[in-house]
Amino acid sequence: MTDLLTRRRALIGYAAAAVLLFALAPLVLSDFRLGQFSRYLCFAIVAVGISLAWGRGGMLVLGQGLFFGLGGYAMAMHMKLADAGDGGLPDFMLLYGTAEALPWWWEPFRSPVVALAAVLLLPMGLAAVIGWFVFRRRVRGAYFAILSQALAAAFAILLIGQQTTTGGANGLTDFQGFFGYSLLDPANRRTVYFVIAGTLLALMLLTRQLFRSRYGELLVAVRDSEERVRFLGYDPALVKLAAYVLSAGMAGIAGALFVPAVGIISPALIGIVPSIQFVIGAAIGGRASIAGAVIGAVAVAWAQTTLSEEFPSAWTYFQGGLFVLVIAFLPGGIASLWHLAARRRPRTETVMAA
Amino acid sequence: MTVILSQSFTGISIGAVLLLIALGLSLTFGQMGVINMAHGEFIMAGAYTVYLLQGPISSAGVSLLLALPVAFLVAGAMGALLEWLLIRRLYARPLDTLLVTWGISLMLQQLARDLFGAPNVHAEAPGWLSGRITLFGGDDPLTLPHARLFILALALSAVVVLTLVLRRTPLGRRIRAVVQHRDLAEASGIATARVDRITFFIGSGLAGLAGVALTLVGPIGPTMGTNVIIDAFLVIVVGGIGQLRGAVVAAFALGVLQAVMEYSTTVSVARVTVLIAIVAFLQWRPQGIHTLRTRSLA
Repeated sequence: MTDLLTRRRALIGYAAAAVLLFALAPLVLSDFRLGQFSRYLCFAIVAVGISLAWGRGGMLVLGQGLFFGLGGYAMAMHMKLADAGDGGLPDFMLLYGTAEALPWWWEPFRSPVVALAAVLLLPMGLAAVIGWFVFRRRVRGAYFAILSQALAAAFAILLIGQQTTTGGANGLTDFQGFFGYSLLDPANRRTVYFVIAGTLLALMLLTRQLFRSRYGELLVAVRDSEERVRFLGYDPALVKLAAYVLSAGMAGIAGALFVPAVGIISPALIGIVPSIQFVIGAAIGGRASIAGAVIGAVAVAWAQTTLSEEFPSAWTYFQGGLFVLVIAFLPGGIASLWHLAARRRPRTETVMAA
Repeated sequence: MTVILSQSFTGISIGAVLLLIALGLSLTFGQMGVINMAHGEFIMAGAYTVYLLQGPISSAGVSLLLALPVAFLVAGAMGALLEWLLIRRLYARPLDTLLVTWGISLMLQQLARDLFGAPNVHAEAPGWLSGRITLFGGDDPLTLPHARLFILALALSAVVVLTLVLRRTPLGRRIRAVVQHRDLAEASGIATARVDRITFFIGSGLAGLAGVALTLVGPIGPTMGTNVIIDAFLVIVVGGIGQLRGAVVAAFALGVLQAVMEYSTTVSVARVTVLIAIVAFLQWRPQGIHTLRTRSLA
């Protein structure tokens, strides 16, 4: 009975979200605001992955910028090459004048198929390798959080260091087309927005199904008592690995969609600070609930652009303070307020011990 | 020959800086399990202390020496305040201390920006630290800058003093007792909450000392904490939780590795190589260099 109720409530929620994203937002928002909104939705896609790995899996992933960047750069490299035309070099390489020929690792990205595959396979593959080494040796908790953060920092430093082939600190920018469609045309930018909104909804639904599956139960069990799951004959390392790889894939997709929507990918978007900001949104909204994480990510990103334009310094205090208060006194995030208001035990109670 | 010597000296001096920034963390993270992301901002507070003292005190030498105890007290007080306000409520949720203290670190960075401006500032180095010792005179001399030697001496004396405090004083015995078995310590009449606060005071104070040392090798700015905090944590991860000896060995090992890699490749490739080396090392010893043998499943 309750199951049926929650299912109906979820259905209504998703229907409302679909109406909001596909009908209302394009209607009321100007092209400029819609572009900004697409950017927030990209962060929301990352937040879905964070809710899977951290909210359900108990793994604090502080280095999602690494995967966001891999997806973003894969897409950006393809778009640069497509703009340059057959056999052409990306403009920034001509500008620095150092690269006469395209570096060998740029070459595969001429093909749209390879680029699209790389958007998924690069982050997921790297996450699989890192996760395999890290979880098999039972590195976890703070150790895992710090390692994942250090990897994101190292990736950003590496990109800045290889200026002639990666664009350095400026990153890749000035894209003209997206798979043959001109990005200068507002109609095509709307299409990009619809692709992002559709991807977000699809990934939310998929993740929700995953939460309700047998695997989802196992993931929660690993989070709450890894040893018990081990003694029952499962391999907790593989369970955690799957969640980590999936969350990396989502960050990669988000990065890839971010590039045509915003028109830039640079090391400043993927280092330590942005990686932690991905987590901030999910934490404030509610790490354990998909909708909470998504709403939190959008709200924080929205507040950041609108408030920091007006009061840059006050916004930082506000953001830091909000983060401190929510984490310290409301670990379930805003999403758990509803449960508290209904005088029920928050379902996220167990997360606090993780 | 001198190339090898001068590169090893570079490595040792990088290691000394790493050791200083990680020493306080090895107390608060290692002994207490609190992941304090604001540690980097306590380091920043120590650095700005030097800058501020140089206003009224014109002699750079006097202000630097005076900054050492003042920075220790300033950063220590900030740490104790943070512990009292927030961290004591979060001892059961270590990952959340990481996030909460990150929020604090955001605010402290902004505070530094509002108080001192966003651009970096420089502190004047005292005359007696600007020279260098030259060994093996001739075509290919080995030069050791005084500033680097001073940092090395500061790092080593901090380790020695901290070890003596932990091993020889009643306070150190209480700190170790709380770390090893909180409930038993409490039952034996140790005021564990007070010991926690004092431990945090000392750990944060050491960050202040590190900040003073950093003014000798780089600029002072609102983001300086973010730049060093990851390195500090990596030293602790490699060294092993709660192990001063491990932190010392890890700091110098990482410093030398970084110097060697920087010599043969570029700075950015060196950083990545050091990280890969750390992940590989954790395969071999997941708990770091020095570990306490326990029967715990973790």
